[in-house]
Amino acid sequence: MASTDTAPSVHEAQVPDSASVEAGLDALEAVQTQGTPLSEVLRTKALPPLIALLLVLALWQGAFALELTSSYKLPSPGMVWSSLVDLWQAGTLFSIVWTSVWRGVAGFLAAVAIGTPIGLLVARVKPVRTAVGPILAGLQSLPSVAWVPAAVIWLGINNSMMYAVILLGAVPSVANGLVSGIDQVPPLFLRAGRTLGATGLANARHILLPGALPGYLAGLKQGWAFSWRSLMAAELVAASPDLGLGLGRYLENQRESADMSGVLLGIILILIVGMAIDLLLFAPIERRVLRNRGLLTTNR
Amino acid sequence: MSPALTTSEDALDDGALAGSPAVRISHVHKSFGRAGAATHVLDDITLDVAPGEFVTLLGASGCGKSTLLNLVAGLDKPSSGTIEVPGGRPSLMFQEHALFPWLTAGKNIELALRLNGVPRPERRAEAERLLELVRLGGSYGKRVHELSGGMRQRVAMARALAQGSSVLLMDEPFAALDAITRDVLHDEITRIWAAQKLTVLFVTHNVREAVRLAQRVVLLSSRPGRVAREWQIDLPQPRRIESAGVADLSIEITEELRGEIRRHGKH
Repeated sequence: MASTDTAPSVHEAQVPDSASVEAGLDALEAVQTQGTPLSEVLRTKALPPLIALLLVLALWQGAFALELTSSYKLPSPGMVWSSLVDLWQAGTLFSIVWTSVWRGVAGFLAAVAIGTPIGLLVARVKPVRTAVGPILAGLQSLPSVAWVPAAVIWLGINNSMMYAVILLGAVPSVANGLVSGIDQVPPLFLRAGRTLGATGLANARHILLPGALPGYLAGLKQGWAFSWRSLMAAELVAASPDLGLGLGRYLENQRESADMSGVLLGIILILIVGMAIDLLLFAPIERRVLRNRGLLTTNR
Repeated sequence: MSPALTTSEDALDDGALAGSPAVRISHVHKSFGRAGAATHVLDDITLDVAPGEFVTLLGASGCGKSTLLNLVAGLDKPSSGTIEVPGGRPSLMFQEHALFPWLTAGKNIELALRLNGVPRPERRAEAERLLELVRLGGSYGKRVHELSGGMRQRVAMARALAQGSSVLLMDEPFAALDAITRDVLHDEITRIWAAQKLTVLFVTHNVREAVRLAQRVVLLSSRPGRVAREWQIDLPQPRRIESAGVADLSIEITEELRGEIRRHGKH
């Protein structure tokens, strides 16, 4: 090309000027990110929930002290605490929690393994979406405890029935999360992927799935919540000596023996397990994913 | 060249045109929607881009310039006519940087290299080299959101180059940037175009930008898009967007563009 033969030498002369302006612009416009000091994190993130918790305990203790109702119906926080200590000393606390957590986690992982391919199919195959999509979305609003009687008749009172209820509760959430995650991948990324030559499997692996990750994570989180809820419902309803003592069963046992402190302890333990998985497992992953993508604006 | 529409004789004299073109668009029509109610977007576009040539496609909204670029990129198919890009799938840059936010700047480039078949051991060094080329050496591990708008477009440029095509399609890549940054990026693309011997087809609605960058400006009319006129730009590079030469030609081309737009006001 005639004109480009001479062009490079001319450009060389121009380089220093434009390059230095560019360097200046880069320095001026680069986004500064800095970590928040730990003390600040503790003060802004840990303190408020702690205060709220103390407030609830104080109100509870106050209601007990005022004798609003009989202590049979409303035991004090201290009485619930001693129920916990009893369980601990009897050596059954860990096994009760573990029985349920293990079931819940195993059921949840199975729900992920089943829900993910279903989600991919529904998101990417038009006829499947038209056929299954509405049912999948509708299933989310069906309380999974409704499945318990059916599962008992189909499978009997055993672990399979527990897992069936968990799956029926959690699979739609996981699948729906992936579907909405994929739907939310900006079309621009898909075009960019095609321009780069990503088709078929490469497109799914490098563009579609990473792009859908935030929505998928939200679906997983909800899937866990549904797994846990379904399991507790199943454990409450289904009683059999073969099943082992989980949290739901413990709760129901304490009700049968009219032990309100035990019932409250059961509720609190179920709440703590559900929250702990969310806070210790999902929250850090989600934060990391969002921060990497610049979607977390904590420093503003 | 489409002889009937070329206004500049120089274009035909250019030695480089003797070989086969890098992009050959012949009698391309494009309409959207069903027959009967179809919208005719492109009407009989014929345009050759020579290897190493820098062409800007200029037009008002509705002239189908982005549609044409998508056709050349292979993202869509023409309703009739043919588009040939002998060098294979061209690279494409968008108005938005389109960098993947789940990857670092360097990994974005490496993904393009990987999809282009570059073996793993070479990718890292090649990505660093391309970042160096757009003067972003040291930004390999930066997240997309940590970069300024101008830096993002330069990473996007590096990623486009990583596709290994000598044909670069650019769809208003600087339209969303502030004037100072855009000015600097004009210098960048001119420098890289010359250094890498690229063929560039650059879409814009900014007349001065078109004149600042191109060897040839192609004006498209709107609804349907047709090649209305071409100008060969013989001003020496490097040009400045505020220089008198650029300004004079811009005035002439703007008049023509306004004429094209005005036709749509009459019924």
